Amino acid sequence: MNNSSLERARKIRTAGIYAFFIIGSIVMIFPFVWMLLTSFKTVEESMMVPPTILPAAWQLKNFTDAMASLPFGALYKNTLLMIFWRVVCAVVFSSMAGYAFAKLNFKGKDLLFSIVLVQQMLPSQIFITPQYQMLAKVGLTNSIFGLVFPGLVSAFGTFFMRQAYLGIPNEIAEAAYLDGCNQWQSFVKVMAPLTTASMAALAVFTAVFAYGDLMWPLIVNTDLNLMTLSSGLATLRGQFSTNFPVMMAGSLLAMIPMVVLYLFFQKQFIEGVAMTGGK
Amino acid sequence: MASVQLKNVCKKYPNGYEAVKDFNLDIEDKEFIIFVGPSGCGKSTTLRMVAGLEDISSGELIIDGKVVNDVEPKDRDIAMVFQSYALYPHMTVYDNMAFSLKLKKVPKEEIDKKVREAARILDLEKLLDRKPRALSGGQRQRVAMGRAIVRSPKVFLMDEPLSNLDAKLRGQMRVEISKLHQRLGSTIIYVTHDQTEAMTLGTRIVVMKDGIVQQIDTPQNLYDHPCNKFVAGFIGSPQMNMIDAAAAEENGKVVLKFAGQTIVLNENRAKALKEGGYIGKTVTLGIRPEDVSADEEALEKFANSTFEAEVRVYEMLGATSLLHFDLDNTGWVASLSGRTDARPGDKVRLAMDTEKIHIFDHETEKTIVD
Repeated sequence: MNNSSLERARKIRTAGIYAFFIIGSIVMIFPFVWMLLTSFKTVEESMMVPPTILPAAWQLKNFTDAMASLPFGALYKNTLLMIFWRVVCAVVFSSMAGYAFAKLNFKGKDLLFSIVLVQQMLPSQIFITPQYQMLAKVGLTNSIFGLVFPGLVSAFGTFFMRQAYLGIPNEIAEAAYLDGCNQWQSFVKVMAPLTTASMAALAVFTAVFAYGDLMWPLIVNTDLNLMTLSSGLATLRGQFSTNFPVMMAGSLLAMIPMVVLYLFFQKQFIEGVAMTGGK
Repeated sequence: MASVQLKNVCKKYPNGYEAVKDFNLDIEDKEFIIFVGPSGCGKSTTLRMVAGLEDISSGELIIDGKVVNDVEPKDRDIAMVFQSYALYPHMTVYDNMAFSLKLKKVPKEEIDKKVREAARILDLEKLLDRKPRALSGGQRQRVAMGRAIVRSPKVFLMDEPLSNLDAKLRGQMRVEISKLHQRLGSTIIYVTHDQTEAMTLGTRIVVMKDGIVQQIDTPQNLYDHPCNKFVAGFIGSPQMNMIDAAAAEENGKVVLKFAGQTIVLNENRAKALKEGGYIGKTVTLGIRPEDVSADEEALEKFANSTFEAEVRVYEMLGATSLLHFDLDNTGWVASLSGRTDARPGDKVRLAMDTEKIHIFDHETEKTIVD
């Protein structure tokens, strides 16, 4: 093959790869665009067959309707509080547990870690009933703590942080002991600061999971003013079962915290996905 | 600074493996002690026991007259330089060096003074604001040394601190460490598998094998009077030539026969073999490459200990030349000062310096005479 035919083959291959990724991107972005466009349509337009792509007139009323139907201020506050406390608890406790499993020697370590792994392997729905019963008994349903409760500790986070600590050479901790650190100081002053990238990734994952968590918030808090965005939106569906434009407008409003979070922590999010081998 | 004593120190792991067996050593104040031996001989484990990073299974570790077996590493007043340097990656050079002093709540001004003094000694003044990842291997090594120096500890422990450096830098740092020892007058325990480091740095060397101390002596004595075949072979590069030989008495003289050659032993070696009852038995003959010579003067002087060999490989090292040859399928080397015309395939006549011959017991491998 001469140079020009090699060049042509390379261009065709590149074009093929681009086409593949463009189609993939369209498939991924389509639901979001459809939600955006539907939120500006009338009910009739949203259910038209064949469907229309652009709204005939851009309706802002759907947004005012959605805001009138739900206490968005309370939902944002509850969601942010839940995310904040779940992230803080997951990062702090997972770091401590991960460090212990990776760097400390104690009796029953392997058994305990297998229990953590088993918990991660089981579907989370299994824990819902006992967790609800525990909260109900102490009267903590319909509370922010109730929302945070299942996220106090994280099996995934423990495993994730253990892997991060395993990547740090033992000599660094040993150097800290010889420099005068006790176990806690070695963890806080030397080891934990070396896992900030993993902590940030875990924080982003926890936040995304907490934001999308529907079943638990729906079960534990039945008071609309103590619901999260996801559970609040679910009630919207009950009230306006056919009013898709209002639902889509509500969903768009509910997306704001996540979009802001993503814009601020884009780097950590991508690094986190790369770390877990998800990329 | 301080003295360190290890009394019958053993390290046995839960799986039954004995890494260190009955280790006894008295280290005087300001001594530079080297632990040397092949991989897995227990030298690093012993060092880690001194540091407190490994528990002592039995025996006593005494620092400055006080048994410290159960004392935490942080309370032993010991500084250690690790093979990987173990610098804190998130701290600057300054913070790495100041860390231990901050933990001790030393006043800021004093910390600053000590860090800058150590930085000056180690030529790190311009690097104080850098993070370890922005440093070269040699600079990191110096920071690790600096981190140890600022603490003015009782004992410095160094675990193969130069093994990650290239040959040239290793040579330079070896000199720096030697100067530092003289300057600080500190007690240093240094682990290495590099015998050049061991020979050049140590005031005394501890040679270990399979967790057992083989010999503790000055570099010169280890080289001239190894206590057994292992030490003789381990210390010296190229290593000592060895071959099994039959000890016999012919015409009133004690001779060693090997590979079709016969050499006559001098008086004291002959006496040692006779008194030890080795006549008629197999012993191991050892001689250092530089004690095998091809020049006329040596051939004449040691006429009773000459032999012929066919050169297999010739290596010119500048000041010396190495001739490799086989005796009874055993590889030997002669290190000749000056130049030689001998080339591979040539037959050369060589002489052993009879005053430098080492003879080892074939069974116990212990030195009979050297």
